[in-house]
Amino acid sequence: MKLNKASLFALIAVLELASDTEKQLSATDIAQKHGISTHHLAKIMRNLTYAGLVQAVRGAGGGYRFSGNVRRTTLLDVIQLFETLESELDVPNWGNNSDPIIGELQSITSEIDNLTKAVLDTITLATALKNTRIRAELKANQASPGRVIT
Amino acid sequence: MKEQISIRNAIASDLDAVVSLGQVASQDRKPGFWSNVFDHYVLRDKNDRFFLVAESGNRIVGFIIGEVRAWEFGSPPCGWVFALAVSPEKRQLGIGQQMFEEISQCLKQAGVTTVRTMVDRDDKLLLSFFRGLGLCSGKYLELEKQID
Ligand SMILES: CC(C)(COP(=O)(O)OP(=O)(O)OC[C@H]1O[C@@H](n2cnc3c(N)ncnc32)[C@H](O)[C@@H]1OP(=O)(O)O)[C@@H](O)C(=O)NCCC(=O)NCCS
Repeated sequence: MKLNKASLFALIAVLELASDTEKQLSATDIAQKHGISTHHLAKIMRNLTYAGLVQAVRGAGGGYRFSGNVRRTTLLDVIQLFETLESELDVPNWGNNSDPIIGELQSITSEIDNLTKAVLDTITLATALKNTRIRAELKANQASPGRVIT
Repeated sequence: MKEQISIRNAIASDLDAVVSLGQVASQDRKPGFWSNVFDHYVLRDKNDRFFLVAESGNRIVGFIIGEVRAWEFGSPPCGWVFALAVSPEKRQLGIGQQMFEEISQCLKQAGVTTVRTMVDRDDKLLLSFFRGLGLCSGKYLELEKQID
């Protein structure tokens, strides 16, 4: 599966901001931290604001703050703001599938879509962030093995 | 906020409370199913089958059932959790998580290091719950077909 750039950048930004709901960061801060295009991210932040997932904070030290529900928003909720994950077979007469080969290919892509949805629509931002923290702790522990994780 | 509960092994007199909790979670299951489960997981001698209930006050507010299964489909011994429910008015208070952690410890003491379950892929609540506890897709895929 290949997410489009907009979904990927949106996930990065939302997870970054949701990791600390008090935190305010500009699109440039986020882009620099994760090595992605500021220009592209700026547009995405506007979409996320419109969707109510982030809030633009004006004035000095302004930026964006997470304003969604970290325990209920799933990865799919974010992705769907930018793309639909339903596979489409690029064939003429799409939808009129009396052709059994196309019917079979449709059934296979729909099986994949269902599995993709079952993954992305059941991982909340809170779950992804929890796993992110565990990953970071493991990495830190590998770097200095004596450290105790509390 | 975590709810103050105690978790203990189920006993025969818990049957009615479990049946009604199970009924709320899944209407399809008939009481006969539960008497069989009690027979197998509560009444018999067992050291690798676990049936735990969560109690708040004197009321049963949740249950979880699991066991060690070995070499099914070539899989080395592994813990399975195959039923779990929390009373609707006591949800989102950490009870499901506490029961899962407790049964995981029981399974670990029984000698396994992996816990596995199977969930309807449309059951977003149950899937989100298990995901939240760190479970993810495993090595085995469930396959099925209608028999002609
Ligand atoms: C799934 C179930 C067991 C969860 O029990 P619970 O006590 O409410 O769960 P917890 O409070 O311990 O929640 C633990 C984690 O699960 C996830 N979770 C729980 N409820 C959730 C919900 N409604 N939406 C999204 N995630 C949820 C969260 O990650 C939560 O962690 P958090 O509180 O830090 O956000 C309960 O909802 C239930 O009994 N559902 C019916 C089960 C069923 O159908 N059983 C029959 C088949 S065996």
